[in-house]
Amino acid sequence: MAGIAAPGAAAAGPESELPAGKGFMVWLDRKAWRDFIVAIPYVWLLFFFLLPFFIVFAMSFARSLIAIPPFEYNAQWPYIVFDNYERLFTDARYLQAYLISIFNAAVATVLCLIIGYPMALGIARARGAWRNILLLLVILPFWTSFLLRVYAWIGLLSNNSWFNRGLTSLYNTVFGVFGTINNVPMMNTNFAVVLIIVYSYLPFMILPLYANLEKLDYTLNEAAMDLGSKPWQVFKDVTLPLSVPGIIAGALLVFIPASGELVIPTLVGRADNPMIGRMINDEFGLVRDWPMASTISVALLVLLVVPIMIYNNMAMRAEGARN
Amino acid sequence: MNAQDTIPAPAKPAWLDPSAKPFIRIDAVTKQFGPFTAVNNVSLDIFKGELFALLGGSGCGKTTLLRMLAGFEQPTKGRVFIDGQDMTDIPPYERPVNMMFQSYALFPHMSVEKNVGYGLKHERMTDAQRKDRVKAMLDLVQLTPLAQRKPHQLSGGQRQRVALARALARQPKLLLLDEPLGALDKKLREQTQFEIMNIQEKTGITFVVVTHDQEEAMTLATRIAVMDQGEIRQTGTPTEIYEFPRSRFVADFIGSINLCDGTVNRTGGGKAVVACEAWNAEVTVACDDALSVGSKVSVAVRPEKIAIDRHKPASGLNILAGKVMDLGYFGKDSLYRVKLQGNTLVRVNRVNERRASEGERVADWEDDVYLSFDPSAAILLRE
Repeated sequence: MAGIAAPGAAAAGPESELPAGKGFMVWLDRKAWRDFIVAIPYVWLLFFFLLPFFIVFAMSFARSLIAIPPFEYNAQWPYIVFDNYERLFTDARYLQAYLISIFNAAVATVLCLIIGYPMALGIARARGAWRNILLLLVILPFWTSFLLRVYAWIGLLSNNSWFNRGLTSLYNTVFGVFGTINNVPMMNTNFAVVLIIVYSYLPFMILPLYANLEKLDYTLNEAAMDLGSKPWQVFKDVTLPLSVPGIIAGALLVFIPASGELVIPTLVGRADNPMIGRMINDEFGLVRDWPMASTISVALLVLLVVPIMIYNNMAMRAEGARN
Repeated sequence: MNAQDTIPAPAKPAWLDPSAKPFIRIDAVTKQFGPFTAVNNVSLDIFKGELFALLGGSGCGKTTLLRMLAGFEQPTKGRVFIDGQDMTDIPPYERPVNMMFQSYALFPHMSVEKNVGYGLKHERMTDAQRKDRVKAMLDLVQLTPLAQRKPHQLSGGQRQRVALARALARQPKLLLLDEPLGALDKKLREQTQFEIMNIQEKTGITFVVVTHDQEEAMTLATRIAVMDQGEIRQTGTPTEIYEFPRSRFVADFIGSINLCDGTVNRTGGGKAVVACEAWNAEVTVACDDALSVGSKVSVAVRPEKIAIDRHKPASGLNILAGKVMDLGYFGKDSLYRVKLQGNTLVRVNRVNERRASEGERVADWEDDVYLSFDPSAAILLRE
């Protein structure tokens, strides 16, 4: 009974003056509901991110085994082994995979920024109706399956495609004097991986940049122009520095998933020089070395994502202090 | 500095001197946004050292006119001259003009000092000169102690002063101010108003102010242009605009006024007798120029130019009988709303020059009163 009496007691303040018919609304409006709604994403993260990650983290200290499940812990104290981490830092394959991942992701991020910034700025400065159409065009590719779009790229890049043959004949016409080629080798190269990452992740750069640029007060640009700055100086002095939060957000949204990308390097990348995502996939599926796959995942998170998040948090806090 | 520069302004202001060369000439300028005409065939001369106000309600075209002076908008038709040069096609960054924006538009990522010094980046001067200029500007607006603050750490009044210092730093030939006092509270407005006037006097720069606030325009400006629907209705000194409006619109827009339509009955001796139906009276109004009998006119009288008394004045023209319907007591003065026999309300403002308790007032609610005004106090309007 005490549980039922409590809401009544809580409503003894100004709420008690509400008409009786609003009782349900008062109940719905209680602070507990707000807490509950706020809690949902945290509970979600706990069960679907933190807990699985803990399992992965624990597994990285196990030994692989041909059995079900395919791993075991050490039988004696301290029950864990560091073999996997030792292998991670001694086997050059892993280090190379990290480096190629970071390199590809970094190049793709920079290219996305170079292509995406003018696009985002153009959309943000476009007039009302145009703005919506242009935004829709940016999002439109999402309506087709991601896999289908990668296969479409394979269709374009592979040696016998009309696109490749066209490029080949163009090359032979222009540079034919230096020797002719049979095709332009694009499939199974890092070039193809970066190209398709840029293509796939470009909207993730454009959208946060757009959200940032769209909020910028255009009178600031006019003020700078009024004070003698030519348009490019206005961009350098006003628009660019004020869009840094958008650049950081867009770069993170491209760089983090790109560095762990699996599908694109698997389909169009080099098998002998894999990116880290493919490495994890292969260890887990082909080799069935679950502990090693876990170790690579943990290392990816600790070495790459955590520093970025800490930096991002600091940048946001600096930003928050300013506004 | 030669002696001529130090001579105080001539007794005759520049706008009355037909030989004076205007500093800014707006020549038949029209600005259209699609089908909408924001500014319609406006011509205006502004002279050096003036503090000129563009006054009007929202959407009257005053801001568009200002933005054309700054170079942010291109006139559809007409030319803009500043200091004898055709500026119509010159971009804003090459004009000797600076603007103080209504929102101040301070750069949020720069300190006060950097904001003020921003315009000097493009000036040919040494770093030391730049530093000196920034310091002088900060001194002028009394913000030196806050030089390192960011705009978000300042109060509204301080931001306004940073914006003013930034706009003045390049020593422009012309300073444009868009609703300079709009965002300030009442006390600060008054103080800032005088600050702006002082700075204008000190620097001698020509100021053009856009405002919707007639009080602000009246106190600040040497001359006012009243705008409506993209056109200038009247240009003149504050006194001219207030005491000698040329149209119903201007009379009604500036201050409060009692307006009544009527027909001219008789003229002669510098006076016209007008039959005012709504006031149910014949009113005698001073009038210089010839009016034909029977023409339709309006009579306008400012509330403070009407006398109110419970006793009928022994003599004089323009005596109207009525009843007090409303009384607003403001301390220094009182506003009476008096219903005439024609059922029209007339506003009368009377300074409370005598200390009187409530029972001893000149007139009270429901009192029968007599209103009177001198023929010279009334304005005859033909538009």
